[in-house]
Amino acid sequence: MSLPPESTAPDADGQPPAGPARPARPQRSRVETVSEQAIEWLIRLCGVSAILFVFAIFFFVFREGAPILAKLDVFKFLFTPSWYPTSLGNPRYGVGALILGTLSVTALAMVIAVPFGLGAAIFVSEFCGKRTKETLKIVIELLAAIPSVVWGFIGLTVMNVVIQRVFNVQVGLNVLNAAILLALMSVPIMVSIGEDSLKAVPDSYREAAVALGATRWQLVWRVLVPAARNGLLAAVLLGVGRAVGETMAVLMATGHSVNIPHSIFDSVRTLTATIAAELGETAAGSDHYRVLFLIGILLFSITFVINLAADLVVKGVRKQ
Amino acid sequence: MMKHPPLRLICLALLGLGASFWLAGCGRNPGGGAPKAAIQNIGSDTMVNLAQAWAEAYAPVDTAVSVEVSGGGSGIGVAALINGTCDVANCSRKLEPEEVEKCNARHGHDPKEYLVGYDALALYVHPSNPLNEISLEEISEIFREGGKVDKWSQMGVTLPGGGDEIIRVSRQNNSGTYHYFREMVVGKKSDMKLGSRDMNGSKDVVELVSRTPSAIGYSGFGYATKGVKILKVSQKRGEPAVQPSIPTTWDSTYPIARPMFLYTPGQPPAHVQKYIDWILTDAGQQIVEESGYVPLPKK
Repeated sequence: MSLPPESTAPDADGQPPAGPARPARPQRSRVETVSEQAIEWLIRLCGVSAILFVFAIFFFVFREGAPILAKLDVFKFLFTPSWYPTSLGNPRYGVGALILGTLSVTALAMVIAVPFGLGAAIFVSEFCGKRTKETLKIVIELLAAIPSVVWGFIGLTVMNVVIQRVFNVQVGLNVLNAAILLALMSVPIMVSIGEDSLKAVPDSYREAAVALGATRWQLVWRVLVPAARNGLLAAVLLGVGRAVGETMAVLMATGHSVNIPHSIFDSVRTLTATIAAELGETAAGSDHYRVLFLIGILLFSITFVINLAADLVVKGVRKQ
Repeated sequence: MMKHPPLRLICLALLGLGASFWLAGCGRNPGGGAPKAAIQNIGSDTMVNLAQAWAEAYAPVDTAVSVEVSGGGSGIGVAALINGTCDVANCSRKLEPEEVEKCNARHGHDPKEYLVGYDALALYVHPSNPLNEISLEEISEIFREGGKVDKWSQMGVTLPGGGDEIIRVSRQNNSGTYHYFREMVVGKKSDMKLGSRDMNGSKDVVELVSRTPSAIGYSGFGYATKGVKILKVSQKRGEPAVQPSIPTTWDSTYPIARPMFLYTPGQPPAHVQKYIDWILTDAGQQIVEESGYVPLPKK
């Protein structure tokens, strides 16, 4: 076919031609030139829209939540556990217990997910054969495709009873239940990003280690993990981000109880679940409504910081 | 010249897609037949699901009318009734005399009241729990902020499966059921004890109690299943306890029950009257029972 002359077309459109004018160009019809430009604009718009949406969302959430800041004692808001937004006599808006709920569930989820996620990443990248690798990757991606409400349902019906029986506790809807679900949900992200970063370690590292007589374990532990450190850290941070922001599964599995957890068998309530449960029936513009948006701002800041950290860490990888 | 036709095709396809959406959008607005008369139905959050169920079931009965339901609370319904911004106000309490007066001053006549059913809350425990009856005071001690009862042993109850901590199962703090329970049991001035498991639906409360031997929870008594036990409730310790049921709700011997009303500003127009009459028929009352409430006594 006429491949060689066509292959130069993309950069001829984007930038002015580098060399002297080419005689074959003016054959294009007017419609084609116009439509190509239109498509180019469309794609550009798609690219910019992500930024627009993020700012629009942030603006909206901030506009709804900010007015309450004047009335609210921020210290009390962040550090007291009394969440009585609909009290008739004495409404109190303390999200301390909710923050602790989110943190405890996320932390335990990471304790479970990090060994499994990174272990799976190392196995997929370094130890298994090609066919196992493909199968594993497909199955792990399948795990990522399960909707969170289905996870929540599993937590409510299956895990609840299992935890009650195995640990002999009163209620199976607790930190442990939600953490196991969140761990299962964040493992796929960790595996795929962790595997990518291990793959990015140059083969010369592996060859050098093997040439020096390193065992496979030594190769992984002493060479690959330190070399891929930043990528693995980014994988963990993105997993954390997923866990902090998850709503439906934790709403169903934590027991949804405003409570400062003392053990992993205590029920808690998370920031996200509180918004999900209460915003729908709150009068727009009321204090309760604004405080829920303030929780939204809080969550936004938390995930923003986590994502930013992950991003900076990944940039660190590229520099190496 | 192999690459150009696909590009053109894509353009055409996009244009075509856009045009078809646009046409479809235009086509929808003027269509739809004769304009419907709307009934604005505002008020009680407790009744909002019931009102929604009525509205849906009524749609095929009278196709010329559409009922638009919104919640916000009985107070919001009464305000809309006084301001004349709604056709029907849902109210899970009787109107106060001042409210009737205000309505009279505004519209020149008293609002019309229709009793449409009752809301009765039952206290649920696990079937293995030996407790059979409970007093309002004891419920208050369990659920009130600062209430002293946290353990089953304080109630004189030993659970067969062990486990002494009372697991309180409640509702999210803006549900109508939560508000009514708080008002009835804990008092308007007090709040509920934190640390209860707050469920998002009446059914979820019963479901969790049925799975948790040391739990106690409240929900409409129409939500009872075989997996839970309903407690008899007395006003005070030592007084006879009453089983929540349709007859004990009707004669108001069961303490945690209340009537549900519809109010219209004066004599309603024919299409609204027809709707309310339909609610009072067997078909409408059937929906009351299906929604977990107590229907009216049959005439």
